[in-house]
Amino acid sequence: MTVYMLCLVLFSIGLYCVLRKRNIIKIIIGICIMGYAVNLFFILIGYVKDGRSPIYAHDQAITKMVDPLPQVVVLTVIVLGLSITLLLISIAIRLYEKYGTFDITRINKLKG
Amino acid sequence: MAILPYLIAIPLTAAFLTPLFAKRMKAAADVIACAATFFMMAVSLAVAALVLQGRAPSYNVGNWMPPFGIQLCADALSAFMLVTVNLVGFLIAVYSVGYIKSYTDKWKYYTLLMVMMAGVNGLLITTDLFNLYVFLEIASIAVYALVAFGTEPTSLEASFKYAVMSAVASSFVLLGIALLYGATSTLNMNDMARVIAASGGTKLLYFVGMLFIMGFGLKAAAVPFHAWLPDTYSSSPATIPAASSGILIKTLGIYVIARIFFNIFGMTSAVSSIIITLAVLSMLVGALLAFGQTNIRRLFGYSSISQVGYIFLGLGIGTPLGIVGALLHLFNHSVAKSALFLNSGIAENSEQTNDLKRMSGIIAKNPVNGYSMMAGALSICGVPPLGGFWSKLIIIFACIQANRPVLAFIAVAVSILTLAYYFRALTPVLFGRRPDETATRGGAKRSMAMAVAVAILAVIVISGGFLLMPNAGNALLNNAAAVLVKGSFCVNPGVVR
Repeated sequence: MTVYMLCLVLFSIGLYCVLRKRNIIKIIIGICIMGYAVNLFFILIGYVKDGRSPIYAHDQAITKMVDPLPQVVVLTVIVLGLSITLLLISIAIRLYEKYGTFDITRINKLKG
Repeated sequence: MAILPYLIAIPLTAAFLTPLFAKRMKAAADVIACAATFFMMAVSLAVAALVLQGRAPSYNVGNWMPPFGIQLCADALSAFMLVTVNLVGFLIAVYSVGYIKSYTDKWKYYTLLMVMMAGVNGLLITTDLFNLYVFLEIASIAVYALVAFGTEPTSLEASFKYAVMSAVASSFVLLGIALLYGATSTLNMNDMARVIAASGGTKLLYFVGMLFIMGFGLKAAAVPFHAWLPDTYSSSPATIPAASSGILIKTLGIYVIARIFFNIFGMTSAVSSIIITLAVLSMLVGALLAFGQTNIRRLFGYSSISQVGYIFLGLGIGTPLGIVGALLHLFNHSVAKSALFLNSGIAENSEQTNDLKRMSGIIAKNPVNGYSMMAGALSICGVPPLGGFWSKLIIIFACIQANRPVLAFIAVAVSILTLAYYFRALTPVLFGRRPDETATRGGAKRSMAMAVAVAILAVIVISGGFLLMPNAGNALLNNAAAVLVKGSFCVNPGVVR
C-alpha cells in the first residue's frame, strides 16, 4: 500500500511542478514526472513479488505470474509521452525564439 | 466484410501518401485529403446503414477474441457520431483547399489533419479503454501541432498552453484507467461494465469518476476547465476551431463521458447531479463571458462553451427525451459552429481583421459568406425553423418532463442571452455599412472551394430539424439514445467478421 501512496506523491510533485513553476522547461519536466508516476503505478498493479515472466512451457508449473498487460500498456504510454515531450520542447524552442524568454508569466500576449 | 478498419486505415494511408506526393505536385495534397475524407464519410454512412438494419459491424483486431484482444465495434451511438464527425471533416477538408493557400507547407497541414481524423474515428469505434486513450492522444497531439501551425507568437503560446493543460488531463485519465484496471482486471469496456455491475460498485469508482470528469471535461471545455479554448480558437488557422468545436470537443469530451458514465459505470443520481452542475456552469459562464468579446473567434468560442453546456444538460437529465435532445443538439452545434468558424475565416481574409468592431456589411460584399454565417448564428440562437431550435426545445421539454423546472428556466434564459449577444455582435458585421473603409480593403481572394463548403454547411444547418422526421435519421437518433439509456453497447460482442 505504501508503494501506491508514494506513486501518488510522485504524481502530486509533478502536478505541483506544472502548476507552480514559471520556467516552461520546468513545466515540461513536471509533465514528464506525472507521466512517470502513472507508468510506475500501472506497472505496480501487475507486479507480483518474486513473480516470474508469464511464458508457458510444458515442463513448468505456472505459479506467481506477473501480469503482462500493464507492461505492454506502459510501453505504449512511454512512446506517447515521448512524442508529447518532443512536441512541447520544439514549441518551447520556437517560443524562446519569438519571446526571448522561458518565463511563462512574460509569455502573455493572449488575454481575455 | 470487415468495414470498420477502413475508418482508421483510410486517413492513415492518406497521411502517409500526402508527404510522399505533395512535395512534388502541389495539388496532390488537396486531392488526397478530399478523396480520403469523402470515402470516410461514405464508409460511416454505410456503417450507419448496417447498424440500422440490425447488423452492427464488429472486428477483432489480430483475430484475438474479446475481452483479451482489442475489438472494434460500432453501435448506433458510434454510428451517429461517425456520420456527424466525418461529414464535418469532409467539409473542412474541402474548405481547406481554398483556405490553407495562404500558409506555407500545406501538405504538413493535411497530414496532421488526417492523423487527427484517424484518432477521432478510432476513438469512436474502439471498445477497449486503453485503446481509446491511445486514439485520444493521437488526435490531441495532431491538434497541438495544428494549433501552432501559423507559428505566430500567439499561436505558439496558445498551442503550448493547450498542450500543457491537455497533457495534465491525459495523465488524470491514464491514472483513472490504471485504477479501473486494478479494480476490474480488464480493459474491455463491455467486460468492465459487467464486472462493475456484478460487484455493485465500490468507493474507488467515485475517485475514478472524478478523475475522468476532470480529464475529459477539459477536453470538452466544460466550464471550470475551459481556459484553453478561447486562446486556442483565436490564434490558429480558422479550420482548427471548426475542427475542434465540430469534431474534437464532441468526441474526445462528450462522447467519451457519455460512454463511460452511461455504459460502464451506470448512471447514478450523484453522477447526474455533477454533470448537470457542469452543464449549468458552462451555459451561464460561457454566455456571460461572450458579451464582452471583440474578437470574432473568441465570441464563437465562448458561445461554444455555452452550447456544450446544453448537450451536458440533456445528458445529465438522463431521460430518453433528454438524451435525444442532447444528441440532436450535438449534431446541430457541430455543423452550425463549423459553419460560423469557417465563415469567420472568409470574413477575416476579406476584412483583414478579426475585430468585430472593424468588420461590416459582409452580406453586401459576399452574400454566400454572409448568409451562411447568419444561418449558423440563428441556429445556435435557436430561432424556430432552424435545427438548433428543435434540439433546444427538446432539451427544455425534457427538463420539464423530468420535473426540473429550474433547469428549464435556466435553459430558456441562456437561450435568450445567446440571442442577445449574437444580435449585438453580428448585426453590424452582417448588415452594417461603412463605405469609406471598404474601398481600401479590396484584396479579397474569393475561393470556390471555400464558398461551396460553407454553402453546404448552411443547407445542413437549416435542415437540421429534419433529423427528427420519421424515416429520416430519427431511427438512428433514437437507437443512439437507447444505447445510452439501456447502458449496453456493442450488440454482438462475440461475432468475428
